[in-house]
Amino acid sequence: MRGLLSLTDIVPAVDDRPFDPHLAWRVHPRVALRDESFGALAYHYGTRRLLFLKSHALVELVSSLHLFESAAAAMEALVPEPERGTYSRALARLAESEVIHAG
Amino acid sequence: MPVESVPLRERFTQGLDAPICLTWELTYACNLACVHCLSSSGRRDPRELSAAEARGVVDELAAMKVFYVNIGGGEPMLRPDFFDLLTYAVDHQVGVKFSTNGTRLTPDRARRLAALDYVDVQVSLDGALASTNDAVRGEGSFAAARTAMDNLAAAGFGQFKISVVVTRENVTQLDRFADIAQGYGAQLRLTRLRPSGRGVDSWEALHPTADQQRMLYHWLLERPDVLTGDSFFHLSALGQPLDGLNLCGAGRVVCLIDPVGDVYACPFVIDREFLAGNVRDQGGFAGVWRQSELFASLREPQSAGACASCGSYDACQGGCMAAKFFTGLPLDGPDPECVFGHGEDALAARDRPPGAALLGHSKVDRAGIPIPVPTPVRFRTSATA
Repeated sequence: MRGLLSLTDIVPAVDDRPFDPHLAWRVHPRVALRDESFGALAYHYGTRRLLFLKSHALVELVSSLHLFESAAAAMEALVPEPERGTYSRALARLAESEVIHAG
Repeated sequence: MPVESVPLRERFTQGLDAPICLTWELTYACNLACVHCLSSSGRRDPRELSAAEARGVVDELAAMKVFYVNIGGGEPMLRPDFFDLLTYAVDHQVGVKFSTNGTRLTPDRARRLAALDYVDVQVSLDGALASTNDAVRGEGSFAAARTAMDNLAAAGFGQFKISVVVTRENVTQLDRFADIAQGYGAQLRLTRLRPSGRGVDSWEALHPTADQQRMLYHWLLERPDVLTGDSFFHLSALGQPLDGLNLCGAGRVVCLIDPVGDVYACPFVIDREFLAGNVRDQGGFAGVWRQSELFASLREPQSAGACASCGSYDACQGGCMAAKFFTGLPLDGPDPECVFGHGEDALAARDRPPGAALLGHSKVDRAGIPIPVPTPVRFRTSATA
């Protein structure tokens, strides 16, 4: 339960390309988010995977990605500098499980 | 930037605005009579939700953003509106995982399922050999399940699930189950045998021994790809926690809607004691989930009771409420299958007899006498051998 995410199942990487923060990212069209007191549930209808986004800040970042030209730009605007590494790793994990996708 | 300080598990035990997922049993009708049936299914109940009422439940689940339901029964494919409801649910972004004994999963129906998005199928199999399976699920049920799997594979359904309730007899066949699953490109799912429904009568003879549970724990640790529905969290007291949430989600993050619309805390406690309300009540399912006194009490901090002094309470949380309830153990004490043997001591010392199996919806003859289900006599023999 450590970190910003947790997963109900072991989630094998669906997409094993390395996460590139300089690309534009957005929530995958087959993913739905449900706000919760701890953050949000994310459900991927394609992979049938459920993930827990364990902070409101991460939920805000993920849901705002499409407004920025790159994930790096989104983090620059929304995440304090010392925490960007943590959030970048969380985004990389979400990219691997196709909760977010590039483009 | 506020990063979560309250552990997620604690948040979950306090309940969510809507379940993460829930089990919905569509009918009590079943053409099998498994000895461990959680819902004592057999006969359809005349009060079962109509097609329109069932669609109303889907509407509510969609509004609450419940992303998927686990559909079961009874045998859900016996419901005449099964495919209509399935389509209605997925069209409303409520994904469906449904469990079936496979008897009605014809090649034609397999093709219909393969054409639907957001549908997962779990075919039940309780033995890797026909003899082991059929002793629990009835004569011919192994062949029927395998035919259903063949049909799914031939229809190009993709990755379905093979769902196994782990028993004293089949726990020695775990590798064979894994082989069967691999042969189909299917996922193996193992769940815990509960002393619920007709399981009240068969649990004692069928539940895995303490040694078998330890073996199972290590087998699962080595195979994180095997699904468990988080049902073995009582084994996490053995050391490294198993993958998953490792908590009892009853009334907190999961619940059961039964065929007549009754809402219970979980699929394993179909008993008045754990009845929270009915989807036909004013306020519907959401009202029951959010306002039921029973669910409110389950979301309060629970007493560890006799387990308070055990160093592993944090790992196992005292185990499964249903397993305790139906074996006559206090809810604030050890699970009957406590890995440290405290459950066995408690079973020996219990002052309340285990609950008698309710007839439930088991099939009866014309005189109203229950038709006997296959009795696992041979398990009693082998257990003492």
